[in-house]
Amino acid sequence: MVRALYDNRLAINIGGLKMNTPVTTASGTFGFGLEFQDFLDLEKVGAVTVKGTTLEPRSGNKGQRAVETPAGMLNCVGLENPGSDYFLQETLPKLKKIAVPIIVNIAGNSPEEYGELAKKLDVDGVDAIEINISCPNVKQGGLAFGTCPDSAVEVVKAVKANTSKFVITKLSPNVTDIVEIALAVEKAGSDAVSLINTVLGMKIDIAKQQPVLGNVMGGLSGPAIRPLAVRMVYQVAQAVHIPIIGMGGIMCAADAIEFFLAGASAIAVGTGNFSDPRLAETISKGILEYMDAHGIQNIQEIIGKALPNR
Amino acid sequence: MPKTIVEAKVIGQQILSKDVKLIEVFAPEIARTAKPGQFVNVQVSKQAAPLLRRPFGVAGVNYKSGTFTMIYRIMGEGTKILAELCSGDIISIIGPLGHGFDLTAKHPLLVGGGLGLAPLLYLAQSFLKKNVEVLMGGRTSSELFWQDLFNEETLAMHMTTDDGSLGTKGTVNALLPQLLETGKYDCVYVCGPVPMMKAVVKVVEKAGLPCQISLEKYMACGFGACLSCACGGVGKRLKVCTDGPVFWSTEVEEW
Repeated sequence: MVRALYDNRLAINIGGLKMNTPVTTASGTFGFGLEFQDFLDLEKVGAVTVKGTTLEPRSGNKGQRAVETPAGMLNCVGLENPGSDYFLQETLPKLKKIAVPIIVNIAGNSPEEYGELAKKLDVDGVDAIEINISCPNVKQGGLAFGTCPDSAVEVVKAVKANTSKFVITKLSPNVTDIVEIALAVEKAGSDAVSLINTVLGMKIDIAKQQPVLGNVMGGLSGPAIRPLAVRMVYQVAQAVHIPIIGMGGIMCAADAIEFFLAGASAIAVGTGNFSDPRLAETISKGILEYMDAHGIQNIQEIIGKALPNR
Repeated sequence: MPKTIVEAKVIGQQILSKDVKLIEVFAPEIARTAKPGQFVNVQVSKQAAPLLRRPFGVAGVNYKSGTFTMIYRIMGEGTKILAELCSGDIISIIGPLGHGFDLTAKHPLLVGGGLGLAPLLYLAQSFLKKNVEVLMGGRTSSELFWQDLFNEETLAMHMTTDDGSLGTKGTVNALLPQLLETGKYDCVYVCGPVPMMKAVVKVVEKAGLPCQISLEKYMACGFGACLSCACGGVGKRLKVCTDGPVFWSTEVEEW
């Protein structure tokens, strides 16, 4: 249940998923939400998207897992998480006490595994499933599901067949044409898309003359990728009819507003949570100030306003 | 203890060596609650770059003035900005973070190298009037400017340098076995570069003494969300930021 906050001017309903504010948190940057309780009121966040959860526990990658880069960071955590049983038994009961929608981000090695996980998470307390399709497809040489429409569709169908929840597909930017993937997952039944996931990158230590990250390559996030994310949201918004959750380097309300104007119905704060754990709450306040300054009654008025022919 | 974000006022900075500085900040919420071994995460700039906070161990607190100190080496972009701060400047600090050292030892031996000596300084300070001794290692005498800081806080200081310019020639392990042979210590606390800590742990465990280690791993958040600093504990995964940074040497396997 969600209490009304922010005098309802920020309230949105994206295909049945009701939120007090369109400001959510990006998976992998907000832990399970509980880590942030010393800093902000979780009920003032639109939705909490928890860390990527897999069927079995994963210990993640070895070696250095993160490094700062110009206006961003690279990470190769490798989906370390305590697994779905732990999440359901230990974490979910705590999250249920907080009146905020919970989106569980899921990852797997095969469409069957995604399906099984979706079924397991089809329980009270989980409001939506976000599919991470950037995982390697183990059966097909490790190519990420999200880089090809056919394999992305397979995963979405497997999840949709096993859950009654709202399903969001998180798109990878590491593709030639993100619109093609967005259209494919929409057709496969995804209720919404979120974009963008991190951009594949790498850093080399010139003293050691070796890659910095243990996994060699990692996902780039932070303000460095924001223009890329805004561009992709703008392109996808012109093609699909399902809601878009925009993300990529959002550090303040102004950044968030760019995403709304580009066509996102909601946004997620990611890497910015590390620098300022109160950011998700601060941004909602900043959006209200922008709305006051521009005479906007409801956030919906600006969604997609920068798109052509609007 | 709840973690807080404070806008801390810089009181002043002190040059300790050609590339090491001590910064004192006014942050009563942190100064009152921080325990030895805990750390803080400092935002050196509000700009998009450098993006992440920089973690520093608490090097000392002053309850009366509501201030605490950090000691850092000027290494990269973040610490360069930090080094330029003047008294009166405001910086955002999250803290106190993590778990501190066990303080029940009666005759502690503190072993440190490099910036690892910073959290040990606060540890020495809190063993007030107890028989605390320190063993510090450096490459050469100029790296052991720490003597001036530890002198007032410890009963005895032992020094080693790689080049023999001060104290015993060699690493801390050139002196550690004979110190442990005296049998007067009941716990060893070590903080420094990983190879040094691993070597020290080996000697201390062999001597049958409990050993606490303070780990440092690259971290993005410092409060348990990013999992950059995860390490392998005995039978479970651990996070250096929230489960540590201080661990018993027997608690961690892969670090």
